[in-house]
Amino acid sequence: MTLHGIFTIYRKEMEDHFSSMRFLLITALIVMVGVIIASMVGMSMQEELKGMAKPDFIFLLLFTSTGKLFSFTQFIGLLGPLIGIILGFDAINRERSGRTLSKLVSQPIYRDAIINAKFLAGVTMITLVMVSLVLIIAGLGIRLVGVVPGAEEVWRLVIYVILSILYISFWMGAAILFSVVFKSTATSALASLAAWIFLSFFIGLGGGFLADAIAPMNQTADMAQATDDFIKNSEIQRAASLLSPMTLYGDATSTILDPLRKTPRSFVLMGPLERLSLSRFQNPLPLLQSVVVVAPFLISLIAITFVCFGICYLVFMRQEIRST
Amino acid sequence: MVIRMEELTKRYGAQTAVDRLSLEVREGEVFGFLGPNGAGKTTTMLMLLGLTEPTSGQVRVCGFDPARNPLKVKALIGYLPENVGFYDDMDARQNLRYIARLNGIPDRVSAARIAKLLEEVDLAKESDKKVGSYSKGMRQRLGIAEVLVKEPRVVFLDEPTVGLDPDGTSRMLDLIHSLSRDRKMTIFFSSHLLDQVQRISDRIGIMIKGKLVAAGPLAELAQRGLGGEAGESYSLEEIYMKYFKEG
Repeated sequence: MTLHGIFTIYRKEMEDHFSSMRFLLITALIVMVGVIIASMVGMSMQEELKGMAKPDFIFLLLFTSTGKLFSFTQFIGLLGPLIGIILGFDAINRERSGRTLSKLVSQPIYRDAIINAKFLAGVTMITLVMVSLVLIIAGLGIRLVGVVPGAEEVWRLVIYVILSILYISFWMGAAILFSVVFKSTATSALASLAAWIFLSFFIGLGGGFLADAIAPMNQTADMAQATDDFIKNSEIQRAASLLSPMTLYGDATSTILDPLRKTPRSFVLMGPLERLSLSRFQNPLPLLQSVVVVAPFLISLIAITFVCFGICYLVFMRQEIRST
Repeated sequence: MVIRMEELTKRYGAQTAVDRLSLEVREGEVFGFLGPNGAGKTTTMLMLLGLTEPTSGQVRVCGFDPARNPLKVKALIGYLPENVGFYDDMDARQNLRYIARLNGIPDRVSAARIAKLLEEVDLAKESDKKVGSYSKGMRQRLGIAEVLVKEPRVVFLDEPTVGLDPDGTSRMLDLIHSLSRDRKMTIFFSSHLLDQVQRISDRIGIMIKGKLVAAGPLAELAQRGLGGEAGESYSLEEIYMKYFKEG
């Protein structure tokens, strides 16, 4: 009684996504650019590594090496949200403006089946895109660089794919929320894009202003004072940047894919002793330790995705659905 | 009694959309719910369907409370909203099959039923065209087919003839009438047009500004509308206008 409803809607949503021109276009674009970036990186690696011993974790470099422009992970961090937004921005208000929503809710299905099925179908599409994209690049890497990934590299990639699915699902959840709140599909599309631009690009800028306002870096002769100011300032900037899902995602993925990175922080204050210990222990971090570093980010990503979907669910369940 | 409402009230903030409505609809009858736009007809229907909760009062549809047991009620009733929408990029058959699936009807059962229904509403020839290309009249008839695909006991039709041309209206009314005659379904339909309600209803209710001002068979209403002046025949229109002015 309950499952047939969610399954029927899920099936229809999947059919809709597969025949949706805009989804196919954005996916084609992202797959194309992703593959181009990875193959450029692969080819330059091939050049550089001629006649040299292959370093550890070379396979992961395919995803993290920046090459000429930016790395694959940076690219997904930047444009991945677009996939989520395109999957979700008209999920509910398309049914509303097509006047099919009132018909749908008068069938013997639970109302949450509608929104759950739409969310699940979107997550399935995101999973399909991400998994196939990573597989294509892995295949390309094996051909170009000629190394087969080790077990640890595979695990790191699996965690990376999970992080990416969560990240894009968060954006889909936000877009579905806008589609519940706004009646017009144009408004919800613009609102999703505005939120994406704000949270991805302007939080960092705002964080800088905020840090300068709270903890200004004054020109002083006193070294200790200047250092303190600098630490405080960058701490505030960092705290503000964690509001941005893109920063969360970027920090998490760069740590999980690069075993040599031991902290997601870009700025670490080191004394002479730390510097010494760092140079003596230049070994990669074991997988488990990388996971421990990434865990807070993973949990935050899960949390914001669920909070977003939860709000969306509550608003939708409380809304009155009229035909006019 | 298939539908029973007692002191049913719905308020939106300070505004009362439906005010202490008490009404009963019997099994197998065609009940015409008459009233000007904004009288609270749609809100009443939404409460009967369990799509909105009443502020106070009681509703029973087929013995169930739609606010508590929405799924049971929705399995037994069919609802055609005003200006019903379809998935325009699917054809008529696909639209009907989707609704059948949502009702848990397997495809092998629904296929024959859908073919028969499309024949009945005179859309069999156009059933492979995308619904987006349908005219208003065709969409309304497809709406009726969609309501019938789950074989409901009670059918709610909200303004089923609005926006149709005279020929379309006439076909629609005949179709509604045949549901009650041939399938013995209970029909609860709303309209703001008197002559239509008059033509096919067994009983009518007149709602004005959230209040049910009169309910009963037309002859009885006419009697009451007449008051003491026996012998004169009043049309429903005169009664309607009389209540309308009073309300």
